[in-house]
Amino acid sequence: MKTEDIWAMLEDVTDPEVPVLTVVDLGVVRDVIQLEKNHWKIVITPTYTGCPAMQVIEEDIKERLGKENITSEVELVLSPAWTTDWLSQEGRRKLEEYGITPPQDEGDKSVLFGERPVIPCPRCKSRNTRLISQFGSTACKAHYQCNDCHEPFDYFKCLK
Amino acid sequence: MTKQEALFEFLLRKADDSLIIGHRLSEWCGHGPILEEDIALTNIALDLIGQATELYKYAAKVEDKGRTEDDLAFLRLEREYKNVLLVEQPNGDFGKTIVRQFFFDHFEHLFYEGLVNSKDERIAAIATKTIKEIKYHLRHSSEWVIRLGDGTEESHERVQESVTALSRFIDEMFYQNDVDEILIKEGIIPDVKLFKDEFYKNIEAILEEATLKLPAENYQMSGGRKGVHTEHLGYLLAELQYMQRTYPGMEW
Ligand SMILES: [Zn+2]
Repeated sequence: MKTEDIWAMLEDVTDPEVPVLTVVDLGVVRDVIQLEKNHWKIVITPTYTGCPAMQVIEEDIKERLGKENITSEVELVLSPAWTTDWLSQEGRRKLEEYGITPPQDEGDKSVLFGERPVIPCPRCKSRNTRLISQFGSTACKAHYQCNDCHEPFDYFKCLK
Repeated sequence: MTKQEALFEFLLRKADDSLIIGHRLSEWCGHGPILEEDIALTNIALDLIGQATELYKYAAKVEDKGRTEDDLAFLRLEREYKNVLLVEQPNGDFGKTIVRQFFFDHFEHLFYEGLVNSKDERIAAIATKTIKEIKYHLRHSSEWVIRLGDGTEESHERVQESVTALSRFIDEMFYQNDVDEILIKEGIIPDVKLFKDEFYKNIEAILEEATLKLPAENYQMSGGRKGVHTEHLGYLLAELQYMQRTYPGMEW
């Protein structure tokens, strides 16, 4: 079994909260290390510290590798901290298709009331949208609505 | 006091702050004034409890007596909790919850910005993760303070009352004793004295925009860092610890 094979298996493990994304698209898997012939260590990092999906992801990874008779241990690391920059291009495309606007460059958030970024509607692509709530259905999303087609939608918010 | 003891105490303080205010926010689950705020407050609660988990894990390791993060969160007595009094204050109306969060977020923002540069690698890693989340919390509570303060006569009056009532708990966030002295000297934590002015400048700017005022003088409460709490913490812990006290060691 080679490292690439393990990565390929991890492509089957999806985020329980955004099921179109694999844990590889999401950038949550940081490393895979062979410990013994059929025993591997998978290093993952949380998107948000309180993200309840991490435990499920850990179990899903073990289960997927278990199907190929590979035992594994999953290590959770906090550093370097996850950023939405690690979301793959493929992941961004899948998100948009799924109806979630991928992270946009939001500028410097330390400026408290700086200008709001333009978040396009995933349905009609209009840039005329409004923020409903900074906190959406899960920790990683904000809630928006399109002023043109009126579609309410999730935005996968930028974390840097 | 050894460096290890100081580090353990510090981690408990900050973990307790996050756990208790996170628990308070979770009490809003299903009771928010509007759906979006119900979701926002519980999302913030989740971040805070996640942060507490990381801090307790490290505290358990530093203590090295075989306790786990769950033991620390669920199986201590009231006097062993070292959170500041602000975080245990009851939710009150939505405005009061927001004001409590507003004072807390502004303190945490400056504190964690300093903690990012901690010489303790694990603390720096937790802080780097946490600061990103705090920025969202800060924006949320600050915007609501403005909206409520500069809102209707009723919202203004009520939120002003909360500002006055909760401002008694601000100074305690800047409490320092030998724990802090040791860790500041080691470069592990920032010296809160250095950003107290900035803290007041930040909150006063927002309060002004919200047409709200801090009272000119207010008797400042303290005791939390020594484990001496207001009457509210006991009730909170009774609920928080209920399952572990009733079914010790229970898991799901
Ligand atoms: Zn649209």
